[in-house]
Amino acid sequence: MFSRIMVPVDLSHLDQLDKALTTSEDLARTFGAEIVYVSVTAETPTAIAHNPTEFAQKLDAFAASRPAAPGKTNSAKSYTAHDPAIDMDKTLLKAIEETGADLVVMGTHKPGIADRFWGSHHGSDLASHSGVSVFLVR
Amino acid sequence: MTDSSSSDGEAIPAPEGPANIIETDYEIGQNNVQPFGLDIHNPVFAISGLSVVAFVIITLAFQNSIGPVFTSLRDFLTSTFDWFFLLAGNIFVLVCLALIVTPLGKVRIGGRDATPDYGYAGWFAMLFAAGMGIGLMFYGVSEPISHYSTSFGGIAVGENGMRTDWAPLGGAEGDEAAAHALGMAATIFHWGLHPWAIYAVVALSLALFAYNKGLPLTVRSMFYPIFGERVWGWPGHVIDILAVFATLFGLATSLGVGAQQANAGLNYLFGIEIGTTSQIVLIALITGAALVSVLRGLDGGVKVLSEVNLIMAAVLVLFILFAGPTTTLFGDLAENIGAYATELVPLSNPFGREDTNFSQGWTAFYWAWWISWSPFVGMFIARVSRGRTVREFVTCVLIIPTAVSILWMTVLGGTALDQLIHQGFTGAQDAALELKLFEMLTQLPWTWIASLLSIVLVIVFFVTSSDSGSLVIDTITAGGKVDAPVAQRVFWATFEGLVAIALLIGGGLGALQAMAVSTGFPFAIVLLIACYALIKGLMDEPRQ
Repeated sequence: MFSRIMVPVDLSHLDQLDKALTTSEDLARTFGAEIVYVSVTAETPTAIAHNPTEFAQKLDAFAASRPAAPGKTNSAKSYTAHDPAIDMDKTLLKAIEETGADLVVMGTHKPGIADRFWGSHHGSDLASHSGVSVFLVR
Repeated sequence: MTDSSSSDGEAIPAPEGPANIIETDYEIGQNNVQPFGLDIHNPVFAISGLSVVAFVIITLAFQNSIGPVFTSLRDFLTSTFDWFFLLAGNIFVLVCLALIVTPLGKVRIGGRDATPDYGYAGWFAMLFAAGMGIGLMFYGVSEPISHYSTSFGGIAVGENGMRTDWAPLGGAEGDEAAAHALGMAATIFHWGLHPWAIYAVVALSLALFAYNKGLPLTVRSMFYPIFGERVWGWPGHVIDILAVFATLFGLATSLGVGAQQANAGLNYLFGIEIGTTSQIVLIALITGAALVSVLRGLDGGVKVLSEVNLIMAAVLVLFILFAGPTTTLFGDLAENIGAYATELVPLSNPFGREDTNFSQGWTAFYWAWWISWSPFVGMFIARVSRGRTVREFVTCVLIIPTAVSILWMTVLGGTALDQLIHQGFTGAQDAALELKLFEMLTQLPWTWIASLLSIVLVIVFFVTSSDSGSLVIDTITAGGKVDAPVAQRVFWATFEGLVAIALLIGGGLGALQAMAVSTGFPFAIVLLIACYALIKGLMDEPRQ
């Protein structure tokens, strides 16, 4: 049913992504799909890396550390954005097209006060604007 | 295998090439707290935010008595430390010129193989809109006329032997041509190399320590060579809090000036009453527009607005150039450049000045204002300048904006001076500061349309400044994180508007200027230290 699963990851909050990562790996095994881990970073230094190249290397290492479905290879693709807080949804939509993913499995957090006022729900925005299935895991 | 792409579809230059990363135990955001889903630096956000709230409340509570306090503070700082502001300005220019001609100019921001994120047009539009903005509209006509008039009036000496006139240098009593040249030289001096050198030093320092050294994009990072790991503690907190204050009050000054001019223009066109109430409504409406821009982000908001600004400013200046005394203005351009070059050294002299009203009331005030703006403009320029070499960066940030300022002042100021000197029209000379531009336009065809364009330009500059300022303050108060929740930018954009309103009610333009000068003074000391850190940081960096 699905051949390529895109999993957006925030390398600075991996502890909150356990359920989403496990779900994506279970689905990959079930459908014999490969997983593409996608992450968006700023061009400025972040808590994860000094620059986008180092960030990409760390995402690569993360992808290699996750189990792949039998006979499949997981991969990673990192994106830079001039203003990640705003450009996240747009960049992830572009990533869906570029990776050729037919399913997105995405961890989301419980909305806080800031989310209620300013609506920064990347998951729901992605589901609203993407042509592929989006599985939000809370 | 990792594949990397930028959001606009171009590949990230990989590898970036060797840059001298500073290894530190500090992790970006490690001091941040996350109340209510926000992501803010502790204690920079709390101290900055609470101080600003307290400032707004106190200013509004004591609005009748606090105005003179602000004015006295401004006069004290500009009259006591005028030499310091002028000396600091000169040092910044010399540092920039040294960076252009020495091998340090070969260092590339972002590492040896980094490529620019923005093309020249978008990059230049953003740095120009952030760096000058509303001030060009406000002072474009008023300053040349003021300096011409005071120069033409000559020197006046009071009973105590001190000069009471406001003429620059020795004035040019009764000599129209000499007063014209001196007036334009003095104006261009305030909008030329010096302000842009201040911005260039700050922007380059921030960019170097973020993109090449891998430190957080926040003002304290510039001081790592001096403080070492202590920069993540209180010395750094103080620097960042100072930068927030300087940015906020510098911006509020600009917003107050913009509101006054937009109000004057709307009164001229539509009869809208001039007064604090109208200006408060304007600030509120324009802050609302800025919030929309904030929510559209760097590319969808500030960049688009900056490009709109640049196009509209070009249309206005070309209209005035060709609808006004075209031949005279073309002649003036060369003369003004010559006058600026001739008077640059005497005008820059920090010691033994006899024209104290001019050097303290104008130059020292401007330098303090530019310095108070520098964390904001510097950080914004830094954020969009990755991939440029130091030489390319400093040359572009110093020379191109100076050239545009010369053109702008020559066209706007030159037209008003031509009306005054050759046509005997004194409307612009006699009008209030914020009305001078519109009075000048009355003598040109299509007055209504040109005036409307000017008002729109003031408002769009206003929105751009508020938006980019919020972006910068948010980054500083989020410990260098550029992906903090958008609600934080909304908070700062709102408070910039509130500070501008509080200062307008509390003491008008004088209060705004006083706060800009007050925050500019300690930051000038910070920037002089930053020059040393910048050169030290560049010397450790691999060159192209």
